[in-house]
Amino acid sequence: MSLINYLVLSGILFSIGAVAVLVRRNALVAFMGVELMLNAANLTLVTFARMHGDLHGQVLAFFVMVVAAAEVVIGLAIIVSIFRTRGSASLDDVNLLKN
Amino acid sequence: MNSFVPPEIDWAALSPILIVLGAAVVGVLIEAFVAGKVRRTVQVLLSVLALGAALVTVAWRWTVVQSQGATSLVAGAVVEDAPALLTQGIVLICAFVGLLVIAERSGGEDAFAPTAAAVPGSAYETQARRMGLVQTEAYPLVLFSVGGMLIFPAATDLLTLFIALEVLSLPLYLLSGLARRRRLLSQEASLKYFLLGAFSSAFFLMGVALLYGYSGSVHLTEVATAVPQMTGMDGVLLAGVILVIIGLLFKVGAVPFHSWIPDVYHGAPTPITGFMAACTKIAAFAALVRFVYVVAPGLSWDLSPALWIIAILTMLVGTVVGIVQTNIKRMLAYSSVAHAGFVLLGVVAWTSSGISSVWVYLLVYGLATVGAFGLVSLVRERDAEGNVTAEAGHLSQWAGLGRRHPVVAVCFTVFLLSFAGIPLTAGFIGKYVVFAAAIEGGAWPLVLVAVAASAAAAFFYVRVIVLMFFTEPAEDALGARATVVRTEGLSVVAVAVCAIGTVLLGVLPGPLLDLAADATKFLL
Repeated sequence: MSLINYLVLSGILFSIGAVAVLVRRNALVAFMGVELMLNAANLTLVTFARMHGDLHGQVLAFFVMVVAAAEVVIGLAIIVSIFRTRGSASLDDVNLLKN
Repeated sequence: MNSFVPPEIDWAALSPILIVLGAAVVGVLIEAFVAGKVRRTVQVLLSVLALGAALVTVAWRWTVVQSQGATSLVAGAVVEDAPALLTQGIVLICAFVGLLVIAERSGGEDAFAPTAAAVPGSAYETQARRMGLVQTEAYPLVLFSVGGMLIFPAATDLLTLFIALEVLSLPLYLLSGLARRRRLLSQEASLKYFLLGAFSSAFFLMGVALLYGYSGSVHLTEVATAVPQMTGMDGVLLAGVILVIIGLLFKVGAVPFHSWIPDVYHGAPTPITGFMAACTKIAAFAALVRFVYVVAPGLSWDLSPALWIIAILTMLVGTVVGIVQTNIKRMLAYSSVAHAGFVLLGVVAWTSSGISSVWVYLLVYGLATVGAFGLVSLVRERDAEGNVTAEAGHLSQWAGLGRRHPVVAVCFTVFLLSFAGIPLTAGFIGKYVVFAAAIEGGAWPLVLVAVAASAAAAFFYVRVIVLMFFTEPAEDALGARATVVRTEGLSVVAVAVCAIGTVLLGVLPGPLLDLAADATKFLL
């Protein structure tokens, strides 16, 4: 199977993630969209590492996972504190700053 | 079989970064082991010392680099050259004054929630406030963020750039949610900043992946050497460069990617707003200039039109929307968007004077921004019983402030005049060098737009000055009338440093211009 297929797949995953961030109204689902985008980037990195026969891409993917984990910690802390204040994690309710 | 070669690490050259990140780690230990009563004092002392020491070491490394030349460190992950050191110095100066504003306790209370985990308005929160708890985690978080900002301008490989981006952003997401008053707004700002920031860093990362795919390396130098040999993958290259630039422009707050700026600057605790408005923008512009000037010169024909449009939109949107704002923090937020547009002029000039003009503008903008937000955090509302409460955000509450508190109003006027670019303030010098560089680089249509935008922006800065000095406050709004809260002195020092710096750089810009002119050669 050609390696290009993996790149196409990561492109599709990245787009699904981006659309999820823009369209979904639940903070958690939007956040999962971001995670999907990061993992799509990981897939691209690993595929290119395979193409170039070079390890840098794979090492980079590990770093991205660590950063994504740190991001989850901070993101969930923020979303949970908002949920406890308002009883909802809907992004439509978060509109006090509009005016 | 090639064996592992451990990289040579020049620890002395890394010392500014190590000092700040080391102090941040010590700060976390202090949180765990030092008694609550003295914890704040210890944290403030540690952070001030760390930033001061880092500033001194940056100055020392500057002399070393001037005499011995730039070097590449840690197997090419970080570089020590004049532009990196100068921008690190600018970040540290602004972070230092920013930290003084953050540490300010006016009326015995700092700007942060007593316990950020407590639900706003709950009995637990009231109890925590009554017990006088303080959230001293803010200081290590600020130091971690500054550490990321120091690595960001010096990073020469895309992986280090990504890690630095996250290290500088993640603490800021949390800090924006820690405000003591108007906590709902603060939490909301935090959520918005986090979601949009994570979204943009995903784009940045995808750009990194594509550039790696194109060039087979993550080092900026090797990506740059791969650029001219279009190997039939120009699409991948261009997409990668554009995605990385989008990630950086988001941090800078250029226009299609600016939607978070007004909300986050409004909702975050004001000292934090000042800190991140100044320092994040400086670090992000430093990284953007390095990336654009090292990797992208071969692509300037493809990129210039896009960057021109972004610069024009940024200046126009920042100015026009800024005019109709009624909240002082939102007005300053839009003004910072407009300033990002002016700095972009220096970036698209594609000349060495363009690079030095960016550094000058960033220092000038950073000083005025930290000072202005420092003053905003001192002007407060009073409730019916005369207790000082949250900041007086609405512009109408600033009416007549110049009569009751002339010193505050005069300092604020200095910062506003500098934002507007009036001669004899530093802002004029910043605008002048940026415009001159852009004309030299052939971007005169941009300069025309910029001059028109700064004339329009001068309107809303002058409106605030008129409001402060020549308008009577409305009688019916007696309870909501603004007052200037008593300070412990840290803010006074910070604002004085910013104001004196702003005037001094406006009158005697020579040394700064020479310094910036020395810092235009990126080490490849």
